[in-house]
Amino acid sequence: MIDGLQRLGRSTLGWLNRLGRATLFLLRLLGALGALVRRPGLIIKQLYSVGVLSLPIIAMSGLFVGMVLGLQGYANLVDFGATSSLGTVVALSLVRELGPVLAALLYAARAGSAVTAEIGLMKATEQLAAMQMMAVDPFARVFAPRFVAGFIAMPLLAGIFTAIGILGGYFVAVYQLGVDSGAFWSQMQAAVGLVDDVINGVVIKSVAFGWVANWIAVFEGYDAIPTSEGISLATTRTVVNTALVVLALDFVLTAIFFGV
Amino acid sequence: MGNFKKLELAVGAFVALGLAAFFMLAMKVSNIAELGEDKGYKITARFENIGGLKVRAPVTLGGVRIGRVAGIDLDMRSYEAVVTLSIEPKYNQLPTDSSASILTSGVLGEQYVGLEPGGMDEYLKNGGSLKLTQSALVLEKLIGRMVTNAVSGEKPPPKTP
Amino acid sequence: MSAASSSPSDTPAEPLLVTVRGLSFRRGDRIIFQNVDLDIPRGKVTAIMGPSGAGKTTLLRLIGGQIRPNAGRIEVDGACVHELGRKDLYQLRKRMSMLFQSGALFTDLTVFENVAFPLREHTRLPEHLIRTLVLMKLEAVGLRGARDLMPSELSGGMARRAALARAIALDPMMILYDEPFSGQDPITMGVLIKLIRTLNDALGLTSIIVSHDVKETASIADYIYLISDGLIVDHGPPDALENSSSAWVEQFLHALPDGPMSFHYPAPAYAQDLALEEEPSRD
Repeated sequence: MIDGLQRLGRSTLGWLNRLGRATLFLLRLLGALGALVRRPGLIIKQLYSVGVLSLPIIAMSGLFVGMVLGLQGYANLVDFGATSSLGTVVALSLVRELGPVLAALLYAARAGSAVTAEIGLMKATEQLAAMQMMAVDPFARVFAPRFVAGFIAMPLLAGIFTAIGILGGYFVAVYQLGVDSGAFWSQMQAAVGLVDDVINGVVIKSVAFGWVANWIAVFEGYDAIPTSEGISLATTRTVVNTALVVLALDFVLTAIFFGV
Repeated sequence: MGNFKKLELAVGAFVALGLAAFFMLAMKVSNIAELGEDKGYKITARFENIGGLKVRAPVTLGGVRIGRVAGIDLDMRSYEAVVTLSIEPKYNQLPTDSSASILTSGVLGEQYVGLEPGGMDEYLKNGGSLKLTQSALVLEKLIGRMVTNAVSGEKPPPKTP
Repeated sequence: MSAASSSPSDTPAEPLLVTVRGLSFRRGDRIIFQNVDLDIPRGKVTAIMGPSGAGKTTLLRLIGGQIRPNAGRIEVDGACVHELGRKDLYQLRKRMSMLFQSGALFTDLTVFENVAFPLREHTRLPEHLIRTLVLMKLEAVGLRGARDLMPSELSGGMARRAALARAIALDPMMILYDEPFSGQDPITMGVLIKLIRTLNDALGLTSIIVSHDVKETASIADYIYLISDGLIVDHGPPDALENSSSAWVEQFLHALPDGPMSFHYPAPAYAQDLALEEEPSRD
């Protein structure tokens, strides 16, 4: 019993320790942002890796999720004769929840883990140490560009996911299930508020998730044990921790903005 | 680095795509068209019971949306609900004896305020109020009345207009 | 083992680039260095040798300011390394270079871009000048033709030579070599040995080589420090050490399997272990 408590205590301390390290890391990262303004090329290069290369999975997943929402929504509404509300259901689900959350999870799996692995490998092969010895700050040259690029990419990807999802739902609803096209859009437009839903939902959530996902991805790489096992552990941690934090944050944001 | 040009292009396209997505969300998905409406004039209506009416619910006349519910308050002296309606400026010929009812749209629908025009020549202006109102139908009371009637065997009385 | 922590008054009195006094460093419970003194003379090749795990790489990191000592003072060109602020430390590092064991080339850049990296980061030279400089450095290490290869396409020896070209890109005053010869075939080793010595003399560098490849290192070193168990066991020019009185030094320099560093890991008596004899007492 005592043994169990001791272990719990130790792991809590260990967790707090990690959180502290991550926060100091973030502060140093933010400090390096100033130098980055003069070198936009670094950010653009990273925007390509985390943004453009994530497009295929984001677009395809968005399409499928939207189509499924169309089908499921229809199946549930048809009993009430309320299928004209299908547009509303699809749009609100995506804009308020599924768009930002799923996009963040997919981003962590594809881009976040890649960034962690890349940085971890640079650490293991002493590239980061070499950079330091050459008087180049890895925070400015390696970490900050990836963080900023990811921070910019996340909301864009979430927006694309949401928009494609709604289109997917539209095609299923109108061309497969026979819902009236006009009703689909007009009901949706009446129900979805620009500020209340789009901004509070997709925009704010994806910005918050982008912050968190990229912070975790870059930190886990920086903190990885420089062996192949350590890197593998770090990439797993990136995906898992991002998922947990995003979902918890989603709960908080939903309670704030959409709670009644 | 000739590759860099291609990279920049791809990134530019990506950012453009993202912005286009947000543009679509703003334009086609949300109610952005209805956002510039605070120029409506305000009139009030008092109800005994507003049921599930919420702020921003539509106000219609003849089925056409002419405004929104701007505010809901309670008058502690008369214990009536005071609903403030914001009517779009172009619909400024509402007779002062028009009536307002709280209706439900569809089976699952939200509640809204439906106006029926009166016959007076004077029109409502900002700050005016509607005297004739019909409260929301409260389902429980309705059921209770039907049960009572069924039990006592009487014909149910005609429903009030 | 003779523990010689006296300041090296028997070194020739040339100006010193690096001085280490009273260095103590601990990692957790392990004592890596205790009260160590070292002098690195300018313009010479100094070797620091010892068994694996003796802390040689740690010493390089301490000199480069990547880690701080627990006690003592390390001075490079008159500046106390571990007391410098970040900006000053970076200024100092621009004049030092380090060659890592694996080369540590940036894997997403070509050989050319790797060598150009320090030039692009720290100077505002126009591209055509940078190109000239890079090609010159690559020519010095014999890799000018390999300039467009990616690090993954290089052999171990070539990677180290490319890293060496990068290390001399800014014409530093000092190069730190971390195990430059380990795991190389004889020809590559010969190339590296020649390069290190030639560059040192041609460019007027100071070189510090950390290695346990005795023969190769001793062949080009002007001065050698032998470290074991956190202390300097002996130091001197290569021929002086050959005639050292220390049995440990003799074992190390001649690669003898047994001596002061025992062949056997501590274990109970052999016969006892095999249960051939009755044990004296049993609890």
